Amino acid sequence: MTDPNNVLVRVENLKKYFPITGGLFGRVVGAIKAVDGITFEIKKGETLGLVGESGCGKSTTGRAILQLHRPTAGKVFFEGVDLTSLSREELRRMRPKMQMIFQDPYASLNPRHSVGKIVGEPLVIHNLMSGNALKERVAELLLLVGLNPAYMRRYPHEFSGGQRQRIGIARALSLNPSFIVCDEPISALDVSIQAQVVNLLQDLQEQLGLTYLFIAHDLSMVKHISHRIAVMYLGKIMELADRNDLFDDPLHPYTQSLISAVPTPVPKLERVRQRFILTGDPPSPANPPAGCVFHTRCPLAVEECRTLVPEYREIRPGHYVACHLADEAGSSKIITEVIPLSV
Amino acid sequence: MVARETTADSLLDVEQTWADRLAYWGRFWWRDRGGVLGMLMFLVVVFSAIFSPAISPYDPLQQNLRDSKMPPAWYEEGRWDHPFGTDNLGRDIFSRIVYGTRVSLTVGFFGVLIAGMLGLVMGAIAGYIGGRVDSIIMGVVNLVLSLPYLLFVVFIAAVLGRSLINVILIFGITDSPIFARVTRGEVLRLRESGFVESAVSAGATWPRIIFDHILPNLIGPLITLATFEMSRMIFYEAGLGFLGLSVPPTVPSWGNMLAAGRKYLTSSPWIATFPGLAIMFTSLGMNLLGDWLRDVLDPRLRRTRK
Amino acid sequence: MPTILEVNNLVTRFYTLDGVVHAVNGVSFHLEEGETLAIVGESGSGKSVTMMSILGLIPSPPGKIESGEAYLYDGYERRDLLKMSDAELREIRGGQIGFVFQDPISSLNPVLTIGEQIAESLVRHLGLSREEARDRTIELLDLVGIPDPKARYRNYPHQFSGGMRQRVMIAIAIACGPKIVIADEPTTALDVTIQAQIVELFLRLQKELGMAIIWITHDLAVVSGLADRVLVMYGGRVAEVAPVDDLYEQPRHPYTVGLLGALPRLDSRESRRLVSIQGAPPDLLIPLKHCPFAWRCEYAFDRCWEEIPTLQPAGLNRKVACFYDLERGKPRHD
Repeated sequence: MTDPNNVLVRVENLKKYFPITGGLFGRVVGAIKAVDGITFEIKKGETLGLVGESGCGKSTTGRAILQLHRPTAGKVFFEGVDLTSLSREELRRMRPKMQMIFQDPYASLNPRHSVGKIVGEPLVIHNLMSGNALKERVAELLLLVGLNPAYMRRYPHEFSGGQRQRIGIARALSLNPSFIVCDEPISALDVSIQAQVVNLLQDLQEQLGLTYLFIAHDLSMVKHISHRIAVMYLGKIMELADRNDLFDDPLHPYTQSLISAVPTPVPKLERVRQRFILTGDPPSPANPPAGCVFHTRCPLAVEECRTLVPEYREIRPGHYVACHLADEAGSSKIITEVIPLSV
Repeated sequence: MVARETTADSLLDVEQTWADRLAYWGRFWWRDRGGVLGMLMFLVVVFSAIFSPAISPYDPLQQNLRDSKMPPAWYEEGRWDHPFGTDNLGRDIFSRIVYGTRVSLTVGFFGVLIAGMLGLVMGAIAGYIGGRVDSIIMGVVNLVLSLPYLLFVVFIAAVLGRSLINVILIFGITDSPIFARVTRGEVLRLRESGFVESAVSAGATWPRIIFDHILPNLIGPLITLATFEMSRMIFYEAGLGFLGLSVPPTVPSWGNMLAAGRKYLTSSPWIATFPGLAIMFTSLGMNLLGDWLRDVLDPRLRRTRK
Repeated sequence: MPTILEVNNLVTRFYTLDGVVHAVNGVSFHLEEGETLAIVGESGSGKSVTMMSILGLIPSPPGKIESGEAYLYDGYERRDLLKMSDAELREIRGGQIGFVFQDPISSLNPVLTIGEQIAESLVRHLGLSREEARDRTIELLDLVGIPDPKARYRNYPHQFSGGMRQRVMIAIAIACGPKIVIADEPTTALDVTIQAQIVELFLRLQKELGMAIIWITHDLAVVSGLADRVLVMYGGRVAEVAPVDDLYEQPRHPYTVGLLGALPRLDSRESRRLVSIQGAPPDLLIPLKHCPFAWRCEYAFDRCWEEIPTLQPAGLNRKVACFYDLERGKPRHD
């Protein structure tokens, strides 16, 4: 266990189910288990990467932590306070400390508000500033994210995707948060713009001491920006480890196949790389398989995997995995070397 | 070497010259010529309503039996002091058409205003609160919509009697479900939108979310709907007038004129033709305008354009 | 290998409300039989518009192909795709040239079964009978790795997952034995494990069927294990074209250097800072008289602001449109 004073966010057995309604009277006929019992910590000043494929529940996790979706069960401690127990008003007063950067820079900015209003709105909501002080703060924030303060009076539709994402970042920073959930902040952007935004996020973290939960499906970008990485599949965390530990020695078969599927911009490496390409598609989160949720696609699955839910355990300091087979002897390996570091 | 000073970011930093702006508006008007025509047609109607006394050569109620049933000016027996001819009581048709715009626009404008206000409140509550409240409001809305519309209107008009205010109230109430439905749909969409979620995560309270984020984004679709509904109300008002259920027969309205002209359709067709054309003109203009507004005001369409 | 497609000086513009969008400004390239050519560029680089122009899929208005040639070779004969009638182009599309788009759901008809849609193409292009088309369709579904093809024949598009739909699109693209398959961001909408499946499928099909592939993408990583040659586009022009190893190891255009630097590397333990290209791509509404990359280029000198660089040979089998010689570290003289 890590030093409790160093932990900013602690998530305990978090669950978020979305009801499936059906029939004439909208009866609840089932539930989509978007997040199904996950536990992890985020340390002060670190970036925790959360990766997984679409529908694995990574975005829902981010929103459930910020209580944008109220969790079905479990606890979320932020600076020691259980957010799930707070009233709406108490939560509202906590909001300045934890903010979110959204995936879609087109949908997340109100088209009828000027950039100045968008960036300054959080300050107005919490009655922190008005008049010239507000204007100066907005100008300062725009400069901080690399935009010309003169753009304050422009409207979102006049900006490119990358510029809009900067506006969204400025807005998230306006309240001096300590924790930011970045929900796929770069996946809608062009490659050369992605690098700009990622560099900006890293610079801001250094300057302002921010803590990030960085949600993405792009493994190479997550590896680049994160200190630790959690891999999700069908609402559960499969593996969580230090960045280099995860890539050098991935223990979960899913992590191994995921990493082996990521292409690299090195033709010679691509030609010789070992791959394990998963067949089929992930099952539906409305009806997840019994036992280990990954057993339907796992090449190593044994009888135990089909019936018994694997325990999420710390197999070595800081390296957590939820797999029956994982051990130090390498019983859970499907590939000997996921990425050869030299060709 | 001017180019080097500008960044490649976008057009944000490029100064537009007057020629650029003129060219832009030129392309804009030409591409949207249908909408511009519709707007001009609508403005003609509004102008006639406001300046009726100045435009019309005669008092619309002034009878002159000696000159009754005079044909339009371009007929042999016609005279240019009665350009559209006169009716069976010798009243000047052109003046009556011009004054008729007042009835039509009043009914259309206030009818839409009432329907819009009622519908906006109902739809916004249903969409924002959701759950049981939504089911109840939308149940009522669907009930009203399922009534045979014209029969319902005729019934109420017969009970309440003939007056302008009654017509406006009837239209306002019976049309509000349409506004409620559109508002609800838009609110549902906006409630799930990224910027509302962003406002919630910034700690916004619900009045701010409704008044600052949802309502301003409803204006576009509602104005478009209002244009179509106003055109429909003008149409139906004329229909009610024709059936003798709208304003009293002494008031110059297009519906009343149609009804009065019906008897003389074979002998003096112009008496019914001109109010009919006026209705067509207004309706066409407003529908062209509405189509255009739908394109221009819808932010989703705008995004694809630039 | 003999050339199968040759595009010369293609210019495509869109006449919009905001002005003339200069989408493609003189693009030339060629494709050899059986090779895979990757066309890489960001949004607005003109990569998709180039392909749509060749396939005759540019909506007109507002689009207009202003000039250029696109020769499709058939032995010693060649025909210009840009001069063909709509009927001839329909014959080519899905016949000699198959294509796969990013979004399979909008390319498939939701009210027809998957089998009917593939069979229809076979009946139309190859003149097969209904029964022959049916049998061939089931073979094709099997070939693209759809399990239980006989049963799946009767399924509708919504009954398939995203990855399976993309396989169906590929089956349609290869149905008539095309010589060229054009794939426009075929894996962008898919998850990384599904993307790997599709890439693997393309490689296998190419080995078995021997068609040439044009793979359009914004992602340099995806094509590194797939392409024989890579063509980089920027601002509606070709910036650089080179064999795949050369391009990744010794990029000759500053934009390619920037693109590669912007990619995080999975194969390194150290986390170096990403090289970011400053600014944003050029606004295509402004007709340029200089290099479109000059604003963002750290090597730009006077000449780059005075004329537009043309594509010049720069080593074996490679060309670059840049006045600066990155290899020697000084301006190029020609």
